[in-house]
Amino acid sequence: MASGIKDKVAILGMGCARFGERWDTDADGLMVEAFEEAIADAGIEVSQLDAAWLGVGFDAQSTGPSGIPAAVALRLPDIGVTKVENYCASGTESLRGAVYAVASGAADIALAMGVEKLKDTGYGGLPTRTRGSRWDMIGVTGSAPGNFAQLASAYGAKHGIDRSDLKRAMAHVSVKSHANGAKNPKAHLRNLIDIDKALNAPMIAEPLGLFDCCGVSDGAACAIVTTPEIAKSLGKTDIVAIKAMQVVSSNGWEMQSNQWDGSYLHTTRVAATKAYKEAGITDPRGQLSLTEVHDCFSITELITMEDLFISKEGQGWKDVLNGLFDADGKVPCQIDGGLKCFGHPIGASGLRMVYENYLQLLGRAGERQRKDPPTFCLSHNLGGMPSQNVSSVSIIGPLGI
Amino acid sequence: MNSGILSYGLYIPRRRLQRSSIYEANSWYAPGLGGLAKGEKAISNWDEDAVTMAVEAGRYCMDGIDRDSIESVSLASTTLPFADRSNAGIAKEALNLSDNVMSSDRTGSLRAATSSLMQSLQNGATDLCLAADRRKSKVASTQEMNYGDASAAFLTGSGNVIARYIGGYSNTIDFVDHYRETGSDFDYAWEARFVRDEGYQKILGSTIKSALAKLEIPGNAIDHAVIAVPVKGVPQKLAAVAGMAVEAVADSQMATIGDTGVCHPLLMLAMTLQKAKPGQKVLLASFGQGADVMVFETTEHLETINQRQSKFMLPGLKDTNYSRYLFHRGLLDIDKGMRAELDEKQPGTSLARDRKTVLGLIGGKCSETGVVQFPKTDLAVNTVSRASGTLEDYPFADRLAKVLSITADRLAYSPDPPSYYGMIDFEGGGRMVAEFADIEEGEADVGKQMRMVFRIKAFDELRGFRKYFWKAIPVQRGES
Repeated sequence: MASGIKDKVAILGMGCARFGERWDTDADGLMVEAFEEAIADAGIEVSQLDAAWLGVGFDAQSTGPSGIPAAVALRLPDIGVTKVENYCASGTESLRGAVYAVASGAADIALAMGVEKLKDTGYGGLPTRTRGSRWDMIGVTGSAPGNFAQLASAYGAKHGIDRSDLKRAMAHVSVKSHANGAKNPKAHLRNLIDIDKALNAPMIAEPLGLFDCCGVSDGAACAIVTTPEIAKSLGKTDIVAIKAMQVVSSNGWEMQSNQWDGSYLHTTRVAATKAYKEAGITDPRGQLSLTEVHDCFSITELITMEDLFISKEGQGWKDVLNGLFDADGKVPCQIDGGLKCFGHPIGASGLRMVYENYLQLLGRAGERQRKDPPTFCLSHNLGGMPSQNVSSVSIIGPLGI
Repeated sequence: MNSGILSYGLYIPRRRLQRSSIYEANSWYAPGLGGLAKGEKAISNWDEDAVTMAVEAGRYCMDGIDRDSIESVSLASTTLPFADRSNAGIAKEALNLSDNVMSSDRTGSLRAATSSLMQSLQNGATDLCLAADRRKSKVASTQEMNYGDASAAFLTGSGNVIARYIGGYSNTIDFVDHYRETGSDFDYAWEARFVRDEGYQKILGSTIKSALAKLEIPGNAIDHAVIAVPVKGVPQKLAAVAGMAVEAVADSQMATIGDTGVCHPLLMLAMTLQKAKPGQKVLLASFGQGADVMVFETTEHLETINQRQSKFMLPGLKDTNYSRYLFHRGLLDIDKGMRAELDEKQPGTSLARDRKTVLGLIGGKCSETGVVQFPKTDLAVNTVSRASGTLEDYPFADRLAKVLSITADRLAYSPDPPSYYGMIDFEGGGRMVAEFADIEEGEADVGKQMRMVFRIKAFDELRGFRKYFWKAIPVQRGES
């Protein structure tokens, strides 16, 4: 039985570029922007980095292949840079690589960088792309909203939820995220919306309207990690430690057997169960202070609340409407605006979530800072589509709790 | 020789474009089309061509028939998608016929289907004769008003035939009433009056008379005269000249389906068989650089096949969307947007490897657990032993399915937006995320029963290729 990652690795510093339609810069510039903040926060020299990981979702467009783009852009000191891609969990994978390197003792200090330059596509939404020669012959070339909209159809049918009730709960998710994003100077979308605007928006993929879909953004975020001991030796006092990092990849069970009912994310449930065990959490609804989940679409956030065992199955939509996940609710979700409004540069998103949790844990979140000192802060990614995906659950918190 | 027709199938696309819609858009230019602006014509969707339509008719024809009994398959069409790749061979894969089957494409004349059928009947072989056409026509032309899309399939052979082949007569005369040069999109047609007098009346009329004389059948013995001439009054005149009763003349289907080209004689024959009684004589006549005439006598087995086929005869759906029709024919350059720029290059290697998966919708059944899945994989989805290669071929194409999840996607590019797709669970196990075709708003939701159809998945316009795969369509009343 693995002993897990809990408290073996500390976050030394983090940085995050301003997300948005960054017509002014490319992937290199975004990485530099995030990295300069992180290296200053960590208080180390670049020469102290032993290894680096680079998470990118659409490398053909963002950076090109390999880890070299990060090495060049950041002028890294002749170290190994490993590029990772795991759909929307690419940023989290980058962090996992760096964290595991430190935990193994192979590196003292490691960098996890995530970046995405999406707004060179020429159109809204994610770029269309091939998924391999077999898939291209038999798979559906749909869109991300189309893939996730199906969750709503199966979830609503399974639990007998009236379409208008579900649509209203989904709208609440987005209204809340806009309210949170408005307080975040680095967020892509900072405008407030009301429920009617969300409900009456143009349809993108039935039943998801425009405001049920997250922003597609340019951005970068990064973390510098080390051991708690080294962090202390560098003078750090409020040490934020990794409590759990779990990634689960679909093995085709959802897509090919007839056992999955389409209404939830199997991988998220497994990843959450493993992560809670790794972090020592027994009552997620009671013990989690904050969640940054993969709200690529409003329905995804709503159902994720159930898959993380915060809401009971079939009841998440009620918790949403009751404000449980609002910024002033019991378990705020996307207090930074989430993918919805902070934005979703694929490779950066997992690290952006950890960045917000890190700021909140250190009391540095400015206008959106939670009053009660946070403890366990969770971040969650979901890549691919509900029927075949990668899900990650990461938890960070003060060292020693 | 005791050969005849064993079965038939007919596929008529659901959408029926109202001719008044064509006229309304074009009357400013061609007011003369007003006389033709009556009724409707069957139009196929953007993802259909001669091959996919032929496959659909073939499936109806083969319903309940052992596919291993087929000796050869032919596909007749003047609009075959491939000039060099057996189109009948694609249909063979989609119909999951044996690899040992012979195949041939028949083209070059509107008579291609009847000539093919006649050869099979004369050989007495168990042949599947497919016919389909999806002709293009210039905007505001007579052809645009007349041409419809459909496919038909006839299975020939001996045994329990539904119509015994009495005999046939054929001639070949290079009479150019219309033509289409290789590589061009549109027919060039000569004056209708010339074609009527010199073509239909002289060539077809004399062939009908010669056929009846050769077979020693008096005209008045013919119960059903299927004369595939899409011109009002001509079949009646030809029938009368040959001594056949005018009442015996089969409906041309011009008012509801249109002139379906190569398919048309077989379409009219199939629709006539639907109404025929056992023991009746049916004459089939087609025209195109000569003429083919065949005479059949229906048998007591007709009723069984008629009942089976009637479930596939679905009501049409009125369509007034002329610009969509033009777009689906490649006649309107709609801005598809950047999302349509995805490169659809098809590696020949992967198509060769996954031929049965892609074209036949063959999945696998695990010999250890009995679990079925799509597609086949080396390790079964619920593998217990972790042994590889436990999956045996398992066909999904003719299995019904139910919608588990669905969306109507307005972001992804589709030539017929919104793009409907979702996960479907097959009866008897197995599932897939499938594109849905032929869906009108409100027609599909979770729990809806679906059936699979063979369609075009995507076009590779850069290299001139089309990718075929299977899609799900809602089961309409009767089919299940």
